[in-house]
Amino acid sequence: MLGNDSIMQPASDFSLNCPVPISQYPNVLMAHGGGGKLMHQLIGKMFLTAFGNPLLGTQHDSTVVGMPAGKLAFTTDSYVVRPIFFPGGDIGSMAVHGTVNDLAMSGARPLYLSSAFIIEEGLPMETLWRVVCSMRDAARLCGVQIITGDTKVVDKGKGDGLFINTAGIGVVEHQQQIVPQNVQPGDVILINGDLGRHGMAIMALREGLEFESEIESDSAPVADVVLQLLKAGIEIHCLRDLTRGGLASALNEIAEAAGVRIEVVEKSIPVREDVHAACEMLGLDPLHVACEGRFIAFIAARDAERALSILRGHAVGAGAAVIGQVAEKTSPLVILQSAIGVGRILDMPSGEQLPRIC
Amino acid sequence: MCLAIPGKIESISGDDPLSRMGKINFGGIHKQACLAYVPEAKVGDYVIVHVGFALSVVDEEEAHKVFGYLKQMEELAELEDNPGAPLPEPGQT
Amino acid sequence: MKYLDEYRDGDLAQQFAREIHRLTTRPWNIMEVCGGQTHAIVKFGIDELLPKQITLIHGPGCPVCVTPLEMIDKALEIAARPDVIFTSFGDMLRVPGSTTDLLAVKAKGGDVRIVYSPLDAVKLAEQNPAKEIVFFGVGFETTAPATAMAVYQAAQKKLENFSMLISHVLVPPAIEALMSSPNCRVQGFLAAGHVCAVMGYEEYPPIAAKYHVPIVVTGFEPMDILQGILMVVQQLESGRAEVENQYTRAVRREGNSTAQELIRKVFKVMPRKWRGVGEIPQSGLGLNDTYAAFDAEKKFGLADHHVDEPAECLSGLVLQGQIKPHECPAFGAKCTPEHPLGATMVSSEGACAAYYRYRRQPAVAGK
Repeated sequence: MLGNDSIMQPASDFSLNCPVPISQYPNVLMAHGGGGKLMHQLIGKMFLTAFGNPLLGTQHDSTVVGMPAGKLAFTTDSYVVRPIFFPGGDIGSMAVHGTVNDLAMSGARPLYLSSAFIIEEGLPMETLWRVVCSMRDAARLCGVQIITGDTKVVDKGKGDGLFINTAGIGVVEHQQQIVPQNVQPGDVILINGDLGRHGMAIMALREGLEFESEIESDSAPVADVVLQLLKAGIEIHCLRDLTRGGLASALNEIAEAAGVRIEVVEKSIPVREDVHAACEMLGLDPLHVACEGRFIAFIAARDAERALSILRGHAVGAGAAVIGQVAEKTSPLVILQSAIGVGRILDMPSGEQLPRIC
Repeated sequence: MCLAIPGKIESISGDDPLSRMGKINFGGIHKQACLAYVPEAKVGDYVIVHVGFALSVVDEEEAHKVFGYLKQMEELAELEDNPGAPLPEPGQT
Repeated sequence: MKYLDEYRDGDLAQQFAREIHRLTTRPWNIMEVCGGQTHAIVKFGIDELLPKQITLIHGPGCPVCVTPLEMIDKALEIAARPDVIFTSFGDMLRVPGSTTDLLAVKAKGGDVRIVYSPLDAVKLAEQNPAKEIVFFGVGFETTAPATAMAVYQAAQKKLENFSMLISHVLVPPAIEALMSSPNCRVQGFLAAGHVCAVMGYEEYPPIAAKYHVPIVVTGFEPMDILQGILMVVQQLESGRAEVENQYTRAVRREGNSTAQELIRKVFKVMPRKWRGVGEIPQSGLGLNDTYAAFDAEKKFGLADHHVDEPAECLSGLVLQGQIKPHECPAFGAKCTPEHPLGATMVSSEGACAAYYRYRRQPAVAGK
């Protein structure tokens, strides 16, 4: 599977190569969610055309699939990112990657997705089409199919453009217990790459804070590399993808769920120079910034080196590193050894990140 | 007190000294800053920037002194013990 | 990042710490004035490297923390108006006023926007002629040149829809007020580096002489703070009380004359109430008569009013260095960053917020 290099922004000549299939209506209307002719036209010409697979083509209230042997992994997510398009991705590709990654965090092989769209009246049809094509491309690369969905349109002013909700099914074909409660003292904590690209890519576009940067979102699917770890017999105790709240949130959640003290070393945590600079400029801590194609893995100590090597051999794990370890079973705590070698608590970030200016 | 970080001036625009703007490179991030308060600043200089304003040009020579400070103090201490020894380089202001 | 990361070197930090240990023979209380320095100390764990005899007292140098409650309330009143775009630095959004905060006003439909620079607010005024743009000008002397320039440019452009709610505060009067308080235990100061980059440090020798306290102008990175502490300790151990400059790469004795000139042109010195501390004479900046048209308090005809702080909030004592955050009964219980009682818990440079984030459990073993 390819890394996020192939999930690029629609090219500037996108509209020439991939013309909007509904030319009559330049904008989405209330009727497109009304259940009548216009909605069926939208579904047929856009969603079925793009996601085109026989399962979706049944166009039934629910889609029936056969499942391979094993346990089922099931997840759901909603995507409300603003802006819809950003360097390195868009709400659609993010939705597919995010859902696939949630399944991957159980060590599941992702199979099928649902996709429900809540569209604000007036959204340009071209915007919707670009998002849908992006989802099509992402799904193809991840080897998943979008087999059921829903379409709603809300009045202008009540929806902020486009929201996407997904659910995902995957099959768990391994016998390991990949849950926070399985985290043990001695576990080594690995990360698959550098922090904060997604959050800072979005922040750079936020009104009032704009800065010129080449930071692209790290939105990417990680299922493939997780399956490789499992195939190699790596003993994985827990996986967690880093989204809102960043690394600090994920570590604290796991420390809490597992009842352990976790120790991480700031110098070992990879952060790219420009992300670091953007964080300094806005007074943010990279450990609190959202990522999209990043996860941490709690690996049995004896398998840590092999796991690191497998991660580094994969496009989405090229920047992998060991960042810390699980110390002992005790009241939950995450300790960070700071850049100058002194330990301090790494807390859950509180509330929405506001840039520290003064 | 207030978040101010160092960045390198990559280009300068504007003729009016009070609205002179610089494109500043902070470790790969670029942002505009007003250079009105550093009229002596030129392309290639590092400036300390706070809320969109350069407040000071970084004195590159002074910037390195903190790294030699302890060594100098050691040398000064040795001098006190050995009054006849040669003088070390000038220390901090 | 150049001129930043190299000042976070662990080995050099340990060397400075060893030297401070070697020199310290008695207990000393040192205050770091600036909130940015407090934040760095707690975040990097600098105080854990120091000998036990050295107590760092956190000063009132957090402009968000000291903005008077009445000023926040005025900001809230203006921000709620439908024809106003209210602009502010990000930190101010969650500072509690008497009943609510800017974030809540925004949630209710107020047009409240975070800006990075006061010049962004001027730009907004040019782009939105039908709206009134107001900028919340909070900060120490470091920020005054920026707000001064914004007002100056707005005047040049003859903008009629732009004004500022100014609540600037000055450091030297605050230090004087602190030192003249009978409970003051501070024996040496780390002065605020970026404030001095603007104002220079010529105001400090009289203070150093009057109270016999060493004052060292200090930067914000771990290396700066450690060197600054070392320089204060050297003076204390040898009985000196002088003004020295650690932050020589950014600060000159006379400061930035162009910035000072514009500050004088646009502002006047006035008494200012410091939240949690009280009124300190000649400790604030406000717009002078020439620029009165840009004064939001006058423009919106806001009456002065007096508000009392919630009784449980001891942020005043924290700001004066009388108590440490975790010594406040409300700390971590009734008062957390999610539901703060006072500004020191909201601002990321506030001592209470820093302690909550990095020090909640007192027995954290350093490495």
